[in-house]
Amino acid sequence: MRSRQRIAVLLATASILLSACAGASTSPSSSSSTPASAAPPPSSAGEPSSAAPVTVDWWHITTGDPGKADFQAIADAYTAAHPNVTIKITVLENEAFKTKLATQIQAGDVPDLFQSWGGGIMAAQVDAGALKDITSDIASWKDTINAGALSIYAYNGKQYGVPWDMGMIGFWYNKDAFTKAGISGPPATWDDFLADVGKLRASGIAPLAIAGKDEWPSMHLWTYLVLRIGGGDNLAQMIQSKNWNTDACTKAGQAVQALNALNPYQDGYKSATYNDEAAAVGNGKAAMELMGQWAPSVQKDQSANKQGLGDKLGWFPFPTVAGGAGAPTDGVGGGNGIAVGKDAPPEAIDFLKFFLSADNANKLNTDNVGLSPVAGTTSTVKDPNLQAVLAGRDQATFMQLYLDQATSPAMGQAINDATVGLFLGSSDPAKVCGAITDAAATN
Amino acid sequence: MTASALRRSHPSRRTAVRSVAVFLVPALALYGLFVLVPVVQAAYYSLFRWNGLQPLTDFVGLRNYQTALGNGVFLTSLGNNVLIVVLSLAIQIPFSLGLAVLLNRRFRGRAIFRLLFFLPYVLSEAITGIVFRLMLQPGSLVDAGLDRVGLGALQQDWLGDSTLVMLTLFVIISWKYFGFHMIILLAGLQGIPRELEEAALIDGADRRGAFRHVTLPLLGPTIRVSIFLSIIGALQLFDMVWVMTGGGPLNASSTMAITMFKAGFKSTQMGYGSALAVILFVLGLVVALAYQRFVLRRDVDGAITVSHG
Repeated sequence: MRSRQRIAVLLATASILLSACAGASTSPSSSSSTPASAAPPPSSAGEPSSAAPVTVDWWHITTGDPGKADFQAIADAYTAAHPNVTIKITVLENEAFKTKLATQIQAGDVPDLFQSWGGGIMAAQVDAGALKDITSDIASWKDTINAGALSIYAYNGKQYGVPWDMGMIGFWYNKDAFTKAGISGPPATWDDFLADVGKLRASGIAPLAIAGKDEWPSMHLWTYLVLRIGGGDNLAQMIQSKNWNTDACTKAGQAVQALNALNPYQDGYKSATYNDEAAAVGNGKAAMELMGQWAPSVQKDQSANKQGLGDKLGWFPFPTVAGGAGAPTDGVGGGNGIAVGKDAPPEAIDFLKFFLSADNANKLNTDNVGLSPVAGTTSTVKDPNLQAVLAGRDQATFMQLYLDQATSPAMGQAINDATVGLFLGSSDPAKVCGAITDAAATN
Repeated sequence: MTASALRRSHPSRRTAVRSVAVFLVPALALYGLFVLVPVVQAAYYSLFRWNGLQPLTDFVGLRNYQTALGNGVFLTSLGNNVLIVVLSLAIQIPFSLGLAVLLNRRFRGRAIFRLLFFLPYVLSEAITGIVFRLMLQPGSLVDAGLDRVGLGALQQDWLGDSTLVMLTLFVIISWKYFGFHMIILLAGLQGIPRELEEAALIDGADRRGAFRHVTLPLLGPTIRVSIFLSIIGALQLFDMVWVMTGGGPLNASSTMAITMFKAGFKSTQMGYGSALAVILFVLGLVVALAYQRFVLRRDVDGAITVSHG
């Protein structure tokens, strides 16, 4: 008798606890879709009264101003025009963002809009069913955006996000160091480049800065060589077929070996981080680095005087390789975008359209937050070097997303690991191509 | 109350069991939730090919373990961990013991020396790593110092040379931890009554003999604990190496924990990363249990309460 009573009490307690748990786990998602209290008061006139309150969750990683403030201002402008929409912004630091997003995706509670770099990671998110196909939603306005940039956020022919920043990798160089070494202008061919490296070394400066610890900066140099030697279609074919034991891959490795023979890198390059690399250029200890559009600002931050090279900094696209199939206008690039979560309301996509309007794009360009891929907005980028980057991007006949992002993270890591061995002089071209092919087979 | 009295008096025994349960359950629950469950979870994940996003569907059995044990990078990492264990036991602990013996003598400024030697241990691993990384850059403090004293020829790419990098790291790890082992050993030395050594000296032993045959055996339990901590620390090595080299150049300074972290969080191969975690766990467990069973047994005898019910 007593024990039966006890069991009854126990069951009752358990059911209360269970229902409490269930309530707790569902409340965040329901509150994120319609928090009545958080919605702004509907405007008295103009808006149709039928517009139900909607909340759009937006996660971004632009933690510094002016970018953070600009994003907030754009959101505020949108909600002012659409009083039924609340845009809930969560600003996260890069690494925290990646961890938190992965957890949210596993839990099936994906933010409506969030930072994306496209490529392999986005593809994995699509495969996990976390993203929304927005191909038809953006059909009416997608032509206002650079096609190459847009393609980074497409997977299997469907669009899952949009770019708001897109640049291209090229050589950033110290003009004074070039003059001092007796070099009249940027090299147009790989042979000229090698000759200039020799001249720079003879003049007493490290010709090229790379980062052996972080691996990826030198990987871009190797990618460009593969691209220049084999051409864009060939590279796309290598990624698709997962066969990297190709002529272009081997020859790119040999070109790196020819470069290595000139002792081109800065002191301590084997254990250098990307910040060390940027500091070497910013402090005038190295004459060049191959890097994306962010290079000037990082050089500035990492340099001893916090000024960087200023006017002495120049930019040139990757030189052509004699006998190579690639066009001089083929590029390697990437940038930032926004992916759309699986449960995003139509308002989220409408907000993206507003976010990518020419006015907002010009604002981001003016504040140097990004290089907007929106057509007709390049003139608001003032820096002449960034103008050169933009010209390269907009004239690109083929645009390869950074190879370690275009592929799955495991594959990207394998490419970085394999290629850095070449630059550190402890691998050979055939080994690199073989290692990447092996990694591609299992990933 | 003696054990036999406990057995006879039924009600009070029940109270004892109840209070044991009350005190034990919270700790066990936390331990279970944050230690045992994750271990079992990792073991489960390790049987799948999983990128951390999709549902667990791609069951691969023990293939992740096969991959790990046939993987050059993992074996290099294992070798590096073993190297640090061996070097620690061969160099770091004897060095700490020597210092402890010295600082156990009476002399002016003894406390200051004890404090100075212990200080590195107080620093966080990450800060130690960053500071030494800066000092070891080509042309930085270490190289400049060597230059200044006329040893410029000894300058090296301390963290960039794949044959040298583990030795460089070992020196820094030792710098950080010798003070810790010194303090443990010092505490052990202070627990040994001075009279014993004095008696040996009076009986005609020389100082070396007295240390060798009286002090050292009595310090045995402390040394064995120090060795144990050193082994476990070396097997788990991560923070400092991650900050200083990231396992590079070309995995030359990779450790098992670094390989695991890279697989799980850089390559998002969560299944493979979990397999590495399980290997690391089993290895640590086996070493710890074997050490307890065969080396520490005499020391813990009598120290652990054994129920005689």
